[in-house]
Amino acid sequence: MSGLAILIPVALLMGLSGLVFFFWAIRNDQFDDLDGAAQRVLIDEEDEPS
Amino acid sequence: MNAIAPISAGQSRSIISRFAVPAIRCAGCISKIENGLSDVPGIMSSRVNFSTKQVAITHLPELDDDQLRRKIETLGFEAQILADNPLSEEKGSTDKLIRALAVAGFGMMNIMLLSVSVWSGATGVTRDLFHWLSALIAVPVIAYSGRPFFASAAMALRYGRTNMDVPISIGILLATGLSLYETATGGAHAYFDGAVMLLFFLLAGRVLDGMMRDRAREGIGALLKQTAPGAMVLDEDDKTRWVAAKDLLPEMRMMVAAGESLAADGVIISGSSSFDCSLMTGESEPQPRGKGDMALAGTLNLSSPVIVQVTATGEDTSVSDIARLMDEAGQHRSFYVRVADRAARFYAPAVHSLALLAFAYWMFAGAGWHQSLLIAVAVLIITCPCALGLAVPAAQVVASGALLRKGVMVKDGSALERLADVDYALLDKTGTLTLGRPTPVNLEDLSLSQKQITLALAQASRHPISKGIRSGLLALDIEPAVLDDIQELPGEGMTANCDGVKVMLGKPEKSEDHLSSQLTVDGESVVLQLQDEIRPDASEAIAKLQTLGLPASIISGDNIRSVSLVSRTLDIPAQAGASPQDKVEAITRLTTSGHKVLMVGDGLNDGPALAAAHVSIAPGSASDVGQQAADAVFTSESLMPVALSIKVARRTMQIVHQNFALAIGYNIIAVPLALTGMVTPLIAAIAMSLSSLIVVGNALRLNGAAN
Repeated sequence: MSGLAILIPVALLMGLSGLVFFFWAIRNDQFDDLDGAAQRVLIDEEDEPS
Repeated sequence: MNAIAPISAGQSRSIISRFAVPAIRCAGCISKIENGLSDVPGIMSSRVNFSTKQVAITHLPELDDDQLRRKIETLGFEAQILADNPLSEEKGSTDKLIRALAVAGFGMMNIMLLSVSVWSGATGVTRDLFHWLSALIAVPVIAYSGRPFFASAAMALRYGRTNMDVPISIGILLATGLSLYETATGGAHAYFDGAVMLLFFLLAGRVLDGMMRDRAREGIGALLKQTAPGAMVLDEDDKTRWVAAKDLLPEMRMMVAAGESLAADGVIISGSSSFDCSLMTGESEPQPRGKGDMALAGTLNLSSPVIVQVTATGEDTSVSDIARLMDEAGQHRSFYVRVADRAARFYAPAVHSLALLAFAYWMFAGAGWHQSLLIAVAVLIITCPCALGLAVPAAQVVASGALLRKGVMVKDGSALERLADVDYALLDKTGTLTLGRPTPVNLEDLSLSQKQITLALAQASRHPISKGIRSGLLALDIEPAVLDDIQELPGEGMTANCDGVKVMLGKPEKSEDHLSSQLTVDGESVVLQLQDEIRPDASEAIAKLQTLGLPASIISGDNIRSVSLVSRTLDIPAQAGASPQDKVEAITRLTTSGHKVLMVGDGLNDGPALAAAHVSIAPGSASDVGQQAADAVFTSESLMPVALSIKVARRTMQIVHQNFALAIGYNIIAVPLALTGMVTPLIAAIAMSLSSLIVVGNALRLNGAAN
């Protein structure tokens, strides 16, 4: 039973962090251009000579 | 730290402009636009949104929208200026729903976790602890996620009405209150799981519905073209000032530069030019207009600046007349909406009185107030018309998503209902059966250097024929030649100097066909023939319509010669020279004889007909009036999506009917059970969710309907 005292808060915290992350993603327009993100992978960026 | 200050100072002066660029198709386009624009002085950053085909440019206020548009066009992409995003507010409402859904989902999963252990036999202190924990999660979750329902219910009650959200809100609040009481008194049952689950599924339905609306609106918005927001007005003392369209008055003198569209009707008092009247007449040939001629609002001045004295503004212009016609024609459509509203108005009170009756009966029968209240809550939840409410939007969302992947944007759900029962198709010619843009057919007659000169000349003009030649040459990867002293001679063509040689692209010396152009280099000339081609698979699409039980005919404002050409090729009857009123009358005639008419058209002259028809579809190249009036827009060059959308719409209605049967069947079985007290609020919530899931699952079968 004493395990519950740890496990329940842990479960809740993980759920909450997922929720917070989702809210952050919405606020930062992560879902605005889903198709574009898939296309942008293909763009060759000229590497700066280092 | 020092570096940050100048940037933020610069950003505070910068403004963001948005452009619709429908031609973005691949990663190459994205990098071409973004890299191309980043080199332009005054532009700080640009970001392509591939999903909506838009470009957002952050730039200094010195650059105006028109300059930016030209910059994008020099990169090889057609662009349209988007006004300040009027849809952003609407989009916000779906965002809010998605957040509420996420919170409800979080709450539901955690409460379920606790509930499962209570059901599997937790007793005593553990059960109380789990109930308290559930309450701790449920109360904030309900307070946050329930807001859309509570707000809507409160709004309805304030005006003395009732809507579907009232029983939902009462059910949720009662269930929560009861569960809190149970928890506080150490009772055996709490129904937080039921209440939160109900919220989650209701929100899921609303989010689906909202996403469909947003997507349709975005698609249309990206294609909307800019209309003249105002004009440069010449004052008495010959000073010019900018006047917004709504402040224009008759007798004012507007200076209209080449490439500008008119903001008001008027008479040309100085200069002469050719006008693109395709918005009004649907004809692609530019109309020459001189001193004393009428020029109508919405037409585009193509070749040289003119001064126009305003005769009619705002509501009195010919464009507005057509818009009014359209408005009136569109009115009788809302009939369907009214029926749905009325049904909902009767249903909600019925739910309340049923629950109240159940409560009264069980109190009377001596079940005690606690038991009676539980039954009343179960009745409220189980009669909640979620499955019924989801039956239509879920099917429509899936169907319109499937259609969107095939390049058809359906504006609202009722369009699918109406598409399903059409039995006659009327098609406009220019821009609908044909591509609406002339394409050159004999480019191989030109040598490479001639092609390069032609491209350079054609690029400098806004004439529809020049545009056709330009896109034909660009498709062959021709680089434009470098020319000096490019001039546009109104009604004649373009002239320039190429290495000291006079070159000209313009009207052929001897040809009756207006769809041709002549290139003259140093006295030597070549005639370019152009054709407004019929859409590639128009005849297949029309055959397909016929197998679906839709006879088709052409109705066009164009002259009889060009209409009969298309009519003969496609072997369908046609009516030529039809005015906007004629088109509406033709539809009214068909409607009174019992037909449900599908109108496919693009121009402003089709606007009233598009609105008057039972349902209407416009191609993506249509004028914005056409796109706004139409119920659906298809973006492909092929005409096949028209037949496809009818097929999908019919399939959708089948699914909707099945869903209705499922939802009503569920209510018929479940409501008596709830009334007799055999269902606890939790089972009610599970049954309700299950019926919703079945309905959604059934709707998902439409996903492959467009293939």
